[in-house]
Amino acid sequence: MSKHHVTATVNGDVVEFLCETHRSLLDVLRDELNLTGTKEGCGTGDCGACSVTIDGRLTCSCLVLGVEVEGKAIETIEGMAAGAVLHPLQRKFLEHAALQCGICTPGILIAARSLLERNPDPTEEEVRYWLAGNLCRCTGYHKIVDAVLDAAREMRRQ
Amino acid sequence: MSATLKPEEKKLKVVGTRPIRPDGVPKVTGLARYGADYSLPGMLWGKILRSPHPHARIRSIDTSKAQALPGVKAVMTSADLPEHKFEYVGPERVAVNFWHMTRNIMAREKVLYEGHAVAAVAAISRSIADEALRLIEVDYEVLPHVIDVEEAMRPDAPLLFEDMITRGIEPAPDKPSNVSKRIEFKIGDPEAAFAAADEIVETSFKTAPVHQGYLEPQACLARFDPDGQAEVWASSQGHFVIRALTARLLGMDIGNLRVYPAEIGGGFGGKNVPYVEPVALALSRKSGHPVKIVMTREEVFKACGPAPGSSMTVKIGVRKDGKIVVAEGVFKFQAGAVPGSPVMNACMCAFAPYDIPNVRSVGYDVVCNRPKTAAYRAPGTPVSAYAVESVVDMAAARIGMDPLQFRLKNIARPGTPTVWGPKHTHEGFTETIQALMKHPGYSAPLRKNQGRGVASGYWFNNGGESSAAVHVNEDGTVLVATGSADLSGTRASLAMMAAETLGIDYDKVRPIVADTASIGYGHLAAGSRTTFATGIAVVEACKKVIGNLRARAAMIWEVNAEDVIWEDGCARPAGGNKGRFEPLSLKAIAAKRSVTGGPIVAEVSVNAGGVAPGFATEFCDVEVDPETGQVKVLRFVAAQDVGRAIHPSYVEGQIQGGAAQGIGWALNEEYIYDTAGRLTNAGFLDYRVPVASDLPRIETVLVEVPNPNHPFGVKGVGEANIVPSLAAVSNAVSNAIGRRMTELPMSPPKVLHAIDSGRAG
Ligand code: FES
Ligand code: FES
Repeated sequence: MSKHHVTATVNGDVVEFLCETHRSLLDVLRDELNLTGTKEGCGTGDCGACSVTIDGRLTCSCLVLGVEVEGKAIETIEGMAAGAVLHPLQRKFLEHAALQCGICTPGILIAARSLLERNPDPTEEEVRYWLAGNLCRCTGYHKIVDAVLDAAREMRRQ
Repeated sequence: MSATLKPEEKKLKVVGTRPIRPDGVPKVTGLARYGADYSLPGMLWGKILRSPHPHARIRSIDTSKAQALPGVKAVMTSADLPEHKFEYVGPERVAVNFWHMTRNIMAREKVLYEGHAVAAVAAISRSIADEALRLIEVDYEVLPHVIDVEEAMRPDAPLLFEDMITRGIEPAPDKPSNVSKRIEFKIGDPEAAFAAADEIVETSFKTAPVHQGYLEPQACLARFDPDGQAEVWASSQGHFVIRALTARLLGMDIGNLRVYPAEIGGGFGGKNVPYVEPVALALSRKSGHPVKIVMTREEVFKACGPAPGSSMTVKIGVRKDGKIVVAEGVFKFQAGAVPGSPVMNACMCAFAPYDIPNVRSVGYDVVCNRPKTAAYRAPGTPVSAYAVESVVDMAAARIGMDPLQFRLKNIARPGTPTVWGPKHTHEGFTETIQALMKHPGYSAPLRKNQGRGVASGYWFNNGGESSAAVHVNEDGTVLVATGSADLSGTRASLAMMAAETLGIDYDKVRPIVADTASIGYGHLAAGSRTTFATGIAVVEACKKVIGNLRARAAMIWEVNAEDVIWEDGCARPAGGNKGRFEPLSLKAIAAKRSVTGGPIVAEVSVNAGGVAPGFATEFCDVEVDPETGQVKVLRFVAAQDVGRAIHPSYVEGQIQGGAAQGIGWALNEEYIYDTAGRLTNAGFLDYRVPVASDLPRIETVLVEVPNPNHPFGVKGVGEANIVPSLAAVSNAVSNAIGRRMTELPMSPPKVLHAIDSGRAG
């Protein structure tokens, strides 16, 4: 199977990779670029564990082909903290115990950041609907929603 | 065992606070490594070929074409795994039979469900592995199949095992059947008591199988060296159990297998046993390369156990004053293709919340052409509790009592006999009911199409084998290593108990989950046992360390060790020497490590008894849309006796998570088969677990009635919360529409049908 050469930006850095036509961006991130923070819960666009942004847009990386991201800018969980400083959402998730097993957490953090970029002051209901594409089986979402609302509050003050 | 530390006797500094979990940062930055995140140089990708038929005889498997494909390094079938004797080993409630287990890992004579593994390949890329699977030729003789539990029990049902004689019936039946086992528990004289009861309520119920739904599919990396030494990186609820079962299934010595605990992305009971580990290791043994297997979500649904579906009848007799005098339950559980559904738990826990003098509980474990069921959060118990708590609700209504009042009147207390013999010995049941009675929401008015439902539930909790090592470093920091997988924050609670016991700051303690070669045996992180049993091991190891530190202080001061006490993280002179020396902190003693006897380490292994059960009472408000049958949960309040909450946030999280799973079980989730015996909804789009917008806030009430057998009063918190949830939702929906719901899930068509049919169940 021949592979395609692709150049893209991941978390601000230009990367090049080779990939088979049918491989998803998720597979490329995890297996070619060794960025395993993006998780696979379903591979069919139903769980949100693989959430990344492509040119600023929230996307399930399992639904995008690796060859489609030529020239695009991808942000993954590995790029969320500013160096050694956690993003307020990351910090609030820890403070609110908004994760149990943590496998959904990278995807939910990416999705929540996207929400707050668009709507810095969401209601609880808006948070719940925005995150409806991100499954969490451990927490019942209660503390996740609280953490997002609290992070939004803090980010508005800054 | 240590006496209970009552909060009024000693002020706790760490236990009961809410620090940041020690494994938190890697989990929010994406650096934590789960089962699928490990790789090794030269690693191959393993893939499993699965049966398209629910029931078929395997005439032959031809792997030659797959073997010949460039890039394929190994192909395996059941012929690569040793045969096992047919025998049940271990306590009845959790007995295993390796004859069945090896056949579930890789089919031998027959495939027994759609998705049953029949062969596997290891190749240099995923694409080549996929291609190789397509080249394997399996010649199947398709057989008639059976999916439903009642149908599987019929005398003319297709048999999964042609020689299976029901266990637990005297004399043994002379004909084989799909009923693997019948069990019965009985106290008192149910027949006479029904004859004397004022009111009798009897109803039958059905529930669909549901999946644990952990978000991380099963995944592992395995390496088998030519000298017989092997290593596995596994995402599981117990790497020691994975080691034992995998070694046995491969016919190798336990000592040759080292299992490393990956972070685990949810388990809920579904990751207590291996699925991919023996296959990956067998492929590695055959190919000489490390092999990684990651299941797809479809494979998880089709091949890794759901919780059983059921068919049940419950009958309760009451006196006019509200006393339950007799109860009877018949619980038929789908075991799937391998015997061993948790029907025994269901029978034992069903009536355990109540003081009922006459009880009979009968269970049937029935095989059918579905994946083998696996444990799921208080295995078996939410199902039987659903039937019992529905009938309890109906009985309360029949005699005109408030459902919480009715439960309180009949609640089990210390001294109440259980149906399996021993008497209850712990408090905490009544307190959860009283907590809800006091809750302002319980008396809040409801509007049209709304209903409120309550339910209670009992779960054993568990103790058992755990190990912990405590190392004091030369700068006064402390390492706590245990062999217990951390599914949800137990490293935090164990570190907190260590910090509390030693009298040092929480952030000076670093807890880790050690691999099977680095710590003594630790059983599964299941049965709500980690904070209880492993917690005891940690506290005992800390006490040993304290003894050691006191002796070193005595040596420094040249006094007797008995004249040194440990208080607030310091050795202090006592007795005749009181006040003679400045206290020596843990840090100060640690700094003198090498001149006072060398490394300061203690390892303790326990087989913890003294378990106290979990108990929960919940209420739920729903609104039903009479046009669509859609149910919206408006409010959910869960009170659980947790003994003591070590880290209250994670305890609340357990309760919220359990309640959410219970709501999904009650309203949406089910395995749906077509007439050909194929699962039609093996994905998260069609198997719908609750999403954030489906759920309300889940209010928790932590009832703390300490367990006197644990140093901090812990009872265990992971499971009791889901036991009442199904029934609480069902009772609420029934009250909202004025009809008794008797089947789960209560999906919109079923609710609509109940509304339209206009007849009470
Ligand atoms: S893995 Fe992409 S949505 Fe689930
Ligand atoms: S924390 Fe486990 S799935 Fe969300």
